[in-house]
Amino acid sequence: MDVLDLTRLQFAVVTIYHYFFVPLSISLAAVTAGLEIAWLRTRQERFLHLTKFVGKLLMITFAVGVVTGLVQEFQFGLGWSRFATFYGDVFGPTLAIEGMLAFFLEATFLALWYFGWERLPRLLHAATIVIVAVGTVLSAFIILAANSFMQNPVAYALDPATGRARLTSFTDLLLNKVNLAAFPHTLSGAVMVGGALLLAIGAWRLKAEPGFGTLAKLGAWLTVAGGACTAITGDHLGKVITQVQPMKMAAAEALYTTTTGAPFSVFALGDVSGGKPFFSIELPWLLSILAKGSPTATVQGIDDLQAQYVAQYGPGSYIPMVPVAFWTFRLMIGIGMLAMLAAAYYLWSTRKGRKPHRWLMRWLPLIPLLPAAANTLGWIFTETARQPWLAFGLTKVADGLSPGLTASEVLASLLGFAVIYGVLAVVWLRLVRHISRQPLAPLPAAAPATELAPAY
Amino acid sequence: MITYWFALVVLCWVLFFVLEGFDFGVGLLAPLLGRDDHERGAIIRTVGPFWDGNEVWLVAAIGVTFAAFPDWYAALLSGLYLPMVAVLLLLAVRGVALEFRGKADGARWRRGWDAALAVSSAGIVLLWGAVLAALTHGLALGADGQVTGAGLARSLGPLGTPAAGLGALTALLAAVLLGATFLSLRTTGPVRRRAQRLAAALGTGGAVGLLAVAVGTGSRVLLAGAALSVGIGMLARYGREAVAFAGAALGVAGAVIAVFTAHGAVVLRSTLDPAWSLTMTGAASSASALRLLTVVGVIVLPGVLVYQGFSYWIFRRRVASERIPS
Repeated sequence: MDVLDLTRLQFAVVTIYHYFFVPLSISLAAVTAGLEIAWLRTRQERFLHLTKFVGKLLMITFAVGVVTGLVQEFQFGLGWSRFATFYGDVFGPTLAIEGMLAFFLEATFLALWYFGWERLPRLLHAATIVIVAVGTVLSAFIILAANSFMQNPVAYALDPATGRARLTSFTDLLLNKVNLAAFPHTLSGAVMVGGALLLAIGAWRLKAEPGFGTLAKLGAWLTVAGGACTAITGDHLGKVITQVQPMKMAAAEALYTTTTGAPFSVFALGDVSGGKPFFSIELPWLLSILAKGSPTATVQGIDDLQAQYVAQYGPGSYIPMVPVAFWTFRLMIGIGMLAMLAAAYYLWSTRKGRKPHRWLMRWLPLIPLLPAAANTLGWIFTETARQPWLAFGLTKVADGLSPGLTASEVLASLLGFAVIYGVLAVVWLRLVRHISRQPLAPLPAAAPATELAPAY
Repeated sequence: MITYWFALVVLCWVLFFVLEGFDFGVGLLAPLLGRDDHERGAIIRTVGPFWDGNEVWLVAAIGVTFAAFPDWYAALLSGLYLPMVAVLLLLAVRGVALEFRGKADGARWRRGWDAALAVSSAGIVLLWGAVLAALTHGLALGADGQVTGAGLARSLGPLGTPAAGLGALTALLAAVLLGATFLSLRTTGPVRRRAQRLAAALGTGGAVGLLAVAVGTGSRVLLAGAALSVGIGMLARYGREAVAFAGAALGVAGAVIAVFTAHGAVVLRSTLDPAWSLTMTGAASSASALRLLTVVGVIVLPGVLVYQGFSYWIFRRRVASERIPS
């Protein structure tokens, strides 16, 4: 592997890892805020216990999200300094403004919430966690605007003297149509993974403490609702991406020739990169519907697009890794649907106080893996099927690399990230298990007088 | 406009080094000033509600540097690739050490995280000290604003100089002094007494060291530093802890400003050819990007200062380090 491949691999590893914790933080912050408001309104003790329980999960998840998110802020200068130099004018303000506007809110008010149970009046205390939840959503919107610039560059003008991009309108940058489509899709995916984690813990602990039933039910509803929203918003996002990056959607279907009334293959065996797969289950017209919203629409194929891009941008290959695009796209949809169905089945089998099957309860603790995998596959699809572009149509990945960087430096840093991040993941999982094992309602005899004081 | 933005970038870095500086100091002092699990817990609780908000000043500082001076951001981070990655990894360890410590039971669990906290805090401070010293000296920037070189030495080289070593040591002492004055201000009982004594010893010792160098070089700045140092020590010793902490913060702020303004309009000096140095105007963003940042900065940053101040005010009570007899 050369320095470019290593740097790409490092970016992929640290970003994918970071993104295990981001959607959890977004959804757990919102759930904690909702539970505290429910407690304030109903004064039911069980909501207070659940608020504290989910809040603890939020604290440890947010901590890992913070320290791995800090790395993201530095990545563009560390490994991609040419991209930072040429597009920093447009790209930089998003990172700066996200930090000033949202990150400060989240960090400061989460600490106020956690340590402020006895110091703040109840309403103000609930307000702090609502501010945290708003902050996480704001963060997501601004950072997705930065990513959307890479998917569909807008709001810039190229300086003829230096060849660098200059920001023309920050509002246009934020309201990029890719961002407007990707933001709700990303949030829905976040709700799914947070819901699935709560469902898993609730189901796992239900036998030991009936109070966890509420948590499981809440988690299941969130997973189902998040799943439905993910499907609807994903459909819209697909259509927007077809407009701005037709190559990405063609690669997602491995559609080489431009086709009218194109089918969607649910499953294929054999070569999907160029040749014809020898076995494939196809749903007629579905690709045309997904891409353009009409069964008879024409979807551009990879070969035509390649010829078009060569004419437009000069010689070279503009085709991403088709099997990766093909499979990540399908698996994202399939695995996400599976999670939604499993959660819906849990709700169905526990309706009106019924007892769910034992096999269901045995497997449910693993359910967070499904939406987490679907989120990851979605990002792998989004980022790899944009290749060779870093910012689509504007600059290629190979041109963004830091010029002086050496392979041994990147290898050393990659090893460092692998070791430290690996340890963090193991410890985080152990802590989640430990926190989940604590009783929800403190036992009257064992409860210390300073139960509300945070343990430090 | 560009000078204003440079000032704002420096302000963010100053706030980061001062605010996170004291919680770095507290982190590395926890196992030294805390004799048992209870005392260490009390020490860490003094920064519990603040450290994360302090660390966001690093996000703000690097983000604002990127937005206002993309070339500076690019040259700085790619030129100091490995030291900066090391800082990030240590910050990761430190952040989870602070958050995870109290979330599970067991003395072994907490002892482990206390050690991780102290080691990572010390490592980060040493690295930042060396990096700041290296920046004062400059980097081997080529014509394209990039540092070239072979292997690991390309970005580790700048840290291998005596000046960088001295910078690392100075930063360590400064962080310990900040941490000790902060702890003497924010605790009661045995930890407060020990922190006062440490601040006094360190202030006097630092003053002697600075004085020796000041006499040798005839530097008036170092002479003032020596006076400040001994003053901080004495103030902490005799219970004027808030003033002592403010003095230490002032010293750190002054040092950081000195590093950033060492070469005037040159933000990053090239050691190869003065013509290849990065200047303020050469590294700056376009007027439209700077205008946007101005609007956001003027509206948002004062708000951040207000609510962070509110947080410090809410948690202003001293943390008791003495054991309550049962």
